[in-house]
Amino acid sequence: MKIVLNGTAREVAQNTTVASLLQELGINLEQVVVEINLHIIDRADFKTTSFKEGDKVEVIGFVGGGLS
Amino acid sequence: MSTHNRLVVGGIEFKSRLIVGSGKYKDFVETQKATEASGADVITVAVRRVNILDRSKENLLDYINPKVYKILPNTAGCYTAEDAVRTARLARAAGISDMVKLEVIGDPQTLFPDTAALVEAAKILVKEGFIVLPYTNDDPVVAKRLEDIGCAAVMPLAAPIGSGLGIRNPYNIRIILETVQIPVIVDAGVGTASDAAIVMELGCDGVLMNTAIAGAKDPIRMAEAMKHAVIAGRQAYLAGRISKKLYATASSPIEGMIE
Repeated sequence: MKIVLNGTAREVAQNTTVASLLQELGINLEQVVVEINLHIIDRADFKTTSFKEGDKVEVIGFVGGGLS
Repeated sequence: MSTHNRLVVGGIEFKSRLIVGSGKYKDFVETQKATEASGADVITVAVRRVNILDRSKENLLDYINPKVYKILPNTAGCYTAEDAVRTARLARAAGISDMVKLEVIGDPQTLFPDTAALVEAAKILVKEGFIVLPYTNDDPVVAKRLEDIGCAAVMPLAAPIGSGLGIRNPYNIRIILETVQIPVIVDAGVGTASDAAIVMELGCDGVLMNTAIAGAKDPIRMAEAMKHAVIAGRQAYLAGRISKKLYATASSPIEGMIE
């Protein structure tokens, strides 16, 4: 199944959840926010939210930055 | 203009009137050391896609502990109200802050704000319960509008972002201070310590800077200089400066001269 992850197409297994994808990517769940098709996923729902074909997924975090 | 001893924004007490950015440092260690040297309690951070391919990259929050510092997410780089609102919502979902430094940029060369879009975005975010700190230009009319719609502070620029030009229009900043009741925090334009002192001497409630520190030859030393400048400027403001006179006034007694 294909999803678009941070702007890049990616193949994921059926039943992949937000939590399992982040784990696979080695990303600390506590440090990111996940958006699927412009809808923010509650951290408490990471384990129960799975992807659908073509989902546009954004994994967002904080980086150094001050003004624009 | 806040008369509190400490700066309070949207009910949150800031331990320092200096707010710092976290961009442009050579690495996270320098970010951490400079932030510490600045004495700042609040640090602004940008919201971006996580690098999926290179997970060796460390996370800023491993160096700037959200339990020690108040994190002020910003919408830097957003050019529409829609993008800024989306970015602010994502930032809040991280669960470490309800504050947002709202930026809606109108032009890439000057990085001046698009104030119409800024007001539009601020309205939405205030309604959603955000503590909104908008980066705006030094326009008292826009500042008043931002206050009226419920922003927690206004953050007028003193000069273009990263320009280091200092306080280009102190008169407008003064008018803003007389126009709004919410805290006025100068955001952008500071080049060196004296600029920060001037901001505070004008009576501003705080000052936010990034490039002036991170871009200095010795950022950690400059961070410390800024800490002192902000304290000195605030103290001078509270102490009340003497009026300017054209001619000399002796400070020694005229009586008892040796003849």
